[in-house]
Amino acid sequence: MPSHEDTNATGRPEDIRAVPVRRPGRWIAAAIVLVVAASLVRSVVTTSGFQWSVVGEYLFDHRILEGLVVTIELTVIAMAIGILLGVILAVMRLSPNPLISRASWLYIFAFRGTPVLVQLLFWYNIAALYPKLSLGVPFGPAFVHPDANTLVTAFRAGILGLGLNEGAYMAEIVRAGIISVDDGQTDAAQSLGMTRVQTLRRIVLPQAMRVIIPPTGNETISMLKTTSLASVITVTELLYAAQLIYSVNFKPIPLLITVSIWYLVCTSVLYVGQHYLERYYGRGASRELGPTALTRWRAAMLSPKHEWS
Amino acid sequence: MVMSAAMVNAEAVHKRFGRVEVLKGITLQVQPGEVMCLLGPSGSGKSTFLRCINHLEKIHSGRLWVDGELVGYRQVGEKLHELRESEVARKRAAIGMVFQRFNLFPHMTALENVTCAPVRVKGTQRQQAREHGCSLLDRVGLGDKLDAYPMQLSGGQQQRVAIARALAMEPKLMLFDEPTSALDPELVGEVLAVMKQLAGDGMTMIVVTHEIGFAREVADTVVFMDGGVVVESGRPTDVLDNPQHERTRAFLSKVL
Repeated sequence: MPSHEDTNATGRPEDIRAVPVRRPGRWIAAAIVLVVAASLVRSVVTTSGFQWSVVGEYLFDHRILEGLVVTIELTVIAMAIGILLGVILAVMRLSPNPLISRASWLYIFAFRGTPVLVQLLFWYNIAALYPKLSLGVPFGPAFVHPDANTLVTAFRAGILGLGLNEGAYMAEIVRAGIISVDDGQTDAAQSLGMTRVQTLRRIVLPQAMRVIIPPTGNETISMLKTTSLASVITVTELLYAAQLIYSVNFKPIPLLITVSIWYLVCTSVLYVGQHYLERYYGRGASRELGPTALTRWRAAMLSPKHEWS
Repeated sequence: MVMSAAMVNAEAVHKRFGRVEVLKGITLQVQPGEVMCLLGPSGSGKSTFLRCINHLEKIHSGRLWVDGELVGYRQVGEKLHELRESEVARKRAAIGMVFQRFNLFPHMTALENVTCAPVRVKGTQRQQAREHGCSLLDRVGLGDKLDAYPMQLSGGQQQRVAIARALAMEPKLMLFDEPTSALDPELVGEVLAVMKQLAGDGMTMIVVTHEIGFAREVADTVVFMDGGVVVESGRPTDVLDNPQHERTRAFLSKVL
């Protein structure tokens, strides 16, 4: 009679040690990937056209670095405008006043429905539409009349184009976040005597952040790359700085690689930032906070039973 | 006519949702220190009536006073003027409410849940709010859970935090909307115990509940509602043990 008498001292049956199923498909797939990767690396290293020495020469060139700074400035300012505008537009869109809600809808319709490149060119050429801008009472006296060409520089046109366009996208992201918060939260906040603004600021938005942060991270990474469109309106950001150099030395490939390396460095930094932001706004959403990427990586590398399965 | 003596005074309160009339003329009074239990089948309008009392829902006709003041309006001569949002908020601050699904703020710890409104709404000093909050959580038996997030608490513990949160505003009236309906059976007792203690301390309470035992033991008045009207009301012994109406009898035979 068979029995499970293989018990150890504690009386618990021993752990199962079974022969794992063979998975030849995985080995074949892995081999193909390795071969393709190796041939790619060989091509990158041996093809003279890449001119890695030129890449190294220009990676820390002051013109490239200055362009990088402009790219980062554009990203940060345009995203700040986008987020602020997005929150305002989302709240407007959820307003019980139909006029306010429609106005927000129209803005989103216009700015999301046209290419950002067109919008950039539009702001760059705004002087053709309004040579003189004026600030004052609507339909009344104006106080200042700045010249459009001097006020809207290429950089400012870039900020306007990117920021106003981003606001339309952020509005939809923020709105989705606000809607995701349970109505009971508003009931509870209002029953405690909070006003609508307090409820939004203290209760609804912090919870909406959990839904808002991940797509906003994507938007920021996307914005970092979209700033390269500002090269078209002569903003000397990273790409245009490189273009200015290779229009003189006729070495576009190594300079485009230089630019790509810097974009990759920036997006990597943003990935890490997004990870920690998500952790912060995820507090209270699960019983325990998960490990950070760093501790998880350390655990995976140092774990004695690192399994390939 | 203003009944200044009653804590809550409802006169022919009507409420519609679209075309559906949910409240068809509710008239009742709650005296200070009284515990009133609202019983009735689901859809009878109990919860809606409770939400009308702190103006989470607008009433369509009739009059509703809390502590002698009209809810949601100011009467000038014959005309009613809607109150401004800040005035409505100030009145709500004096009425505590506890919900079926707790509705704790998940991004705040238990203590932060309790201190949030006193600090933001009343302008209480942070330190003072903390001390008061700690003593309240202690009072509901959660003195060791100050820094726990709602997700880390059981349903019964969450509901007790929710009661402490409402009490932190030092309300003159507490509304309970089926406070134990979302709880596992073994957790109902701990919440009812806190409510019983509160009733013993003299708090004016209106409790929508299906807990007949609690109503019998704690309530001063039991009101049976069905189809948006008050079918009968009176002392628990009268309504629960000797119901006069067929609908009350039918309901009680199902829940007892």
